[in-house]
Amino acid sequence: MNRVIVAENLVKQYAGQRVVDGISLNIVRGECFGLLGPNGAGKTTTLRLLLGLIAPDSGHIELLNHAIPGDAREARLRVGVVPQMDNLDPDFTVTENLMVYGRYFGMTDAQIKARLPELLEFANLTHKADAKVPTLSGGMKRRLTLARALVNDPDVIFLDEPTTGLDPQARHLIWQRLRELTARGKTLVLTTHFMDEAERLCHRLAVMDNGRIISQGSPRELIAENIEPEVVEVFGEQAAAWATSHAAHHTQRFEVSGESVFCYVNDAHPLLLELQQYAELRYVHRPANLEDVFLKLTGREMRE
Amino acid sequence: MKVNIFALPQFSLRFFPIWRRNYMVWKKMAGPSILGHLADPVIYMLGLGYGLGGMLPEIGGMSYIAFLSAGTVCYSTMNSASFEALYSGFARMHEQRTWEAILNTPITLDDIVLSEMFWAASKSLLSGIAVLMVIWVLGLSHSLMSLWIIPLALLVGLCFAALGLIVTALAPGYEFFMYYFTLVITPMTLLCGVFFPVDQLPAMLQTVSSILPLTHAVNLARPLLNGNIPVNILADAAVLTAYALAGYYVSLVLFRKRLAQ
Repeated sequence: MNRVIVAENLVKQYAGQRVVDGISLNIVRGECFGLLGPNGAGKTTTLRLLLGLIAPDSGHIELLNHAIPGDAREARLRVGVVPQMDNLDPDFTVTENLMVYGRYFGMTDAQIKARLPELLEFANLTHKADAKVPTLSGGMKRRLTLARALVNDPDVIFLDEPTTGLDPQARHLIWQRLRELTARGKTLVLTTHFMDEAERLCHRLAVMDNGRIISQGSPRELIAENIEPEVVEVFGEQAAAWATSHAAHHTQRFEVSGESVFCYVNDAHPLLLELQQYAELRYVHRPANLEDVFLKLTGREMRE
Repeated sequence: MKVNIFALPQFSLRFFPIWRRNYMVWKKMAGPSILGHLADPVIYMLGLGYGLGGMLPEIGGMSYIAFLSAGTVCYSTMNSASFEALYSGFARMHEQRTWEAILNTPITLDDIVLSEMFWAASKSLLSGIAVLMVIWVLGLSHSLMSLWIIPLALLVGLCFAALGLIVTALAPGYEFFMYYFTLVITPMTLLCGVFFPVDQLPAMLQTVSSILPLTHAVNLARPLLNGNIPVNILADAAVLTAYALAGYYVSLVLFRKRLAQ
């Protein structure tokens, strides 16, 4: 069976507000599926629903052919979770964390010990096997959390904002490891609000806002379907004034954000010629990316 | 599709790996923990028993310090389970997010609450054994019947662990626990025959005392240490068991409401 997760019309309300409002997903084996959205879009609640930690008000979920939440326990035997907030055991060493967690899956100590060298190596933590958790850096803790999620050799791994708060080196190492997991046929479901992360890792994405999926597809499809292929960003004190009087003549669509103007165009050449006439304006010409799609779909106003 | 938070608990042995986790943490700090379990009752029994007891007549044919020793067993086991279920339980649930990590595995909230209850009761068991040893060393009990204190400590522990978990399930923060200690545990200590016989109290307070679980623990512990079979053994044990079962169910419903909705 290739369908790892099937969700139909999920609804979850809190205090009368629909945090998840009619979400349907179909995730297949070996893919990395991303849930993308601003804070409060309903990403974490969706993950909790798929894991069977909470029950939907209506809708239908199947995870690894088990009905959720009814048979969530059976399904979770084959699932790993990397949570958003660190919840490693601070009293234990790296090795002890893995041992204790493996026992929650009903594994024997011998079974867990047999997996330790591979898990430690995967997390680049072999040299830290006996270090206590509080002595680890943020990146090491996140890698240990990832290793912990793999202790039961799961088929599906859920990751809730796996690289939030990490420095670039630590993020790149996590990304490399996640790609190795999909190469081995594991299915990944991750939430993120980092566009570069989604663009690099995810085979398919669903952009969420206000509890709904507003667009779905591969990163390239999302860009092609939702936005003009080229972007020219114009900066400077005069940029807004220039935009008001001239931008509409040369662009399909433009947005003013403070002292920057984002011009979305099918062909940037006429616009670039125009901009060369204004010495006080600086500009950058680049291909459209996922962040442009995201901002177009979910708007530029702050979500707090 | 609504999950019924009032559903009956599902008991399973899956709680054991969590109990073992807590034991592993405790083992790292076993020295100070055992010292605390021993020093506290010794200080109480020596201070009050000899200090206050020197001025008092015998109570029901025993010295005051012997009278106090039965109260101390119950009071210490009550406190051990209460502190563990409240402060340490709250840390595992809220601050360290240990429960959240466990819930992502095939273990359910029913198992976690059961493990918390048995773990806190294990601390009571340890505390009860420590006090019993002090009692033996001080020569306050000469009967093999006193060995029944060991299972009693476990039962008292389960009872107060379950009651404590109700408070933990409702607590917004550590400060909240002061209500429970001030309004429940302290009155319980003074009304349940730990320091003086319940029949010294006015009739109304005696009625209150009769429904409090610690009274029934003391009713069992005192004759056992003296080498006698408790008078109402079944009734007293039934009250403690009922508090334990009801406390487990109520706390589980409250934890489901707090964490699984």
